[in-house]
Amino acid sequence: MSRFLVCPPDHFGIQYEINPWMRLSNEVDKDASQAQWRTLARVLEQDAGAKLERMTPVPGLPDLVFTANAGVVHNGTAVVSRFRHRERRGEEEHFARWFRKHGYRVIFLDEGCYFEGAGDVLGFPDAWFGGYRQRSDVKAHRVLSDVYGKEILPLELVTSRFYHLDTCFCPLGNGELLYYPAAFDTYAQATIADRVDKRRRLVVPHAEAARFACNAVCIGRHVVLPSGCPETTAMLKDRGYTPHPLDLDQFLKSGGSAKCLTLALD
Amino acid sequence: MATETVILEGHIIDSLILAKVLDTILQRSGTFTINEMHVGATREDASSARIAVHADSSPRLAAILHAIQPHGAVVEHAVDCIVEPAPKDGVLPDSFYATSHLRTQIRLNRQWLDVEAIEMDLAVHVTLDPPAARAVPMAEVKAGDLIVTGRTGVRVFPLERPKERDAFAFMAADVSSERPHHAMIADVARRMWLIRDHRQKTRASGEAACGPGPGTKVLFVGGPAIIHAGGREALSWLIESGFIHVLFCGNALAAHDMEASLFGTSLGYGLRAGCAVPHGHEHHLRTINRVRNAGSLKHAVESGLIRDGVIASCVRRNVDMVLAGSIRDDGPLPDVITDTAEAQTAMRAALPGVGLALLVATTLHAIATGNCLPAKVPTVCVDINPAVPTKLSDRGSFQSIGLVMDAASFLRQLAQALGAP
Repeated sequence: MSRFLVCPPDHFGIQYEINPWMRLSNEVDKDASQAQWRTLARVLEQDAGAKLERMTPVPGLPDLVFTANAGVVHNGTAVVSRFRHRERRGEEEHFARWFRKHGYRVIFLDEGCYFEGAGDVLGFPDAWFGGYRQRSDVKAHRVLSDVYGKEILPLELVTSRFYHLDTCFCPLGNGELLYYPAAFDTYAQATIADRVDKRRRLVVPHAEAARFACNAVCIGRHVVLPSGCPETTAMLKDRGYTPHPLDLDQFLKSGGSAKCLTLALD
Repeated sequence: MATETVILEGHIIDSLILAKVLDTILQRSGTFTINEMHVGATREDASSARIAVHADSSPRLAAILHAIQPHGAVVEHAVDCIVEPAPKDGVLPDSFYATSHLRTQIRLNRQWLDVEAIEMDLAVHVTLDPPAARAVPMAEVKAGDLIVTGRTGVRVFPLERPKERDAFAFMAADVSSERPHHAMIADVARRMWLIRDHRQKTRASGEAACGPGPGTKVLFVGGPAIIHAGGREALSWLIESGFIHVLFCGNALAAHDMEASLFGTSLGYGLRAGCAVPHGHEHHLRTINRVRNAGSLKHAVESGLIRDGVIASCVRRNVDMVLAGSIRDDGPLPDVITDTAEAQTAMRAALPGVGLALLVATTLHAIATGNCLPAKVPTVCVDINPAVPTKLSDRGSFQSIGLVMDAASFLRQLAQALGAP
């Protein structure tokens, strides 16, 4: 059974602007965000059969809800994030404490080596990819590669709107990939094309990439993604997946969606 | 030229990060040399590359480093060189750094400095204010001079290939008697034209004689066989035509050249008749005696005693001459420097600006010159005996090209290629 770390949005809101999606004037509807998050949790648990580990929300840390940025977890070892923006650095100790309390070996990167967790490391069983340039440093992927004994191919992210790898790149089952090529430089696009053959690459159109269609959670054949992405949903159905489009627009105000709200623990 | 070494590690090949970094360097008008490359054996294994990044100025280099650092290129941790004071005049600290004749830099106060006047087998003398480094022979060191010791904070650059696609494009101690000589001689002639043109231009514009470009001087190093074998007229023509600007030789070349002028013989052999002349073995002694009486080579020529030949042409064309003596010299002639350390110093002083060195029919002077020449100076060693160019390259002058042929034939063909009648 797939396990995910999540954090209820009790203190979620826009309290600063650290990406192009965030506007202090664009207030979050508290009730709506709670309702959207509960629906997400229900679909993950009941429809997709996932087990959710809920961590305790902390006042003053509105983005703790985006647990994808807690770190990377693999084989009982957690490498904890080091956020580029000081606004999110307060989250690091809470994530580290949770990992430690739940029996993970916890590894910290050196000061000044920015790394934003599973938001910037995604992959298939045999090849991992690491987003860099916007939030994580390329050197962090080198360290992770040593920690986990995995190949990590760094991919340069070239636009601030797609600032984490999980905003534009979503590995599915069967080696298939949902992604938005324009978020990457040409070298990264060539690297992706080299590792994922053309018929397994599902290219998300611009309008749906901007609705965070790639910020999806894939559990077996279930794919939980934001609503308002009809072409992506149709593509997934066509490939035999069961899409679960959910209204998560309160979280999009902060530049996050389904994937950002979860951290795979296995 | 500014250079910094960077290390790039990780899964840099399949991710095209290495390609991106190298492309970025080139796109920003830099160049690179991959000094080391380790490729991971499996996909999980990381690879690494040690890359020297070159740019024509420090600001451009800084811009390139700024552009490649986000892709993981880390400037190699560099430390300053270690210096120790010389314990006595003429004595170096025990662990002094011994130079090669390749371009060398030392790191002082976090700045890389070129070692001036580089040549092989010297030490590096450092001054702190202003910061500077200069290659220095053991004998010239003074007690207390700061000398670089060990190898820390020292870097040596591989030889850059010349832009011209001629015989010197692959300077690699090639010695062969089987190769067609005319192509090589044509390339030498082309260089000599180039240097003469450049010399005239720099003189006209008042630029520094040893600035960038092909050089402003051709150095000729010759042995007496040139005179015996009949190469005197061709060499004199090259000097008179302004193709040679520095002459290194010994007592013998000068003595036999002037003997030819006075007696028409070389070591007693009639140069035209081709046979020994009665009492001809005395001619060189009588020549030396008359020139000693004149007081100097210059006066011997200007007084009309010596009317033609190599030395007369050198005096007329103001060619810089360094005559180094040896233990078996007769006389010697005036102007022959009999203190070898002093002769080395005089040779070194004549080298700045040399853009081509021709070492013809001499073993000892060729090796002595090879020792003083930076590796970047194209060098041609001509001798009928293949052992001479081989010996030269064995002594470290790997940039020299060997031409196994008779000195007189070489000089005649070279003069013809440059327009001699």
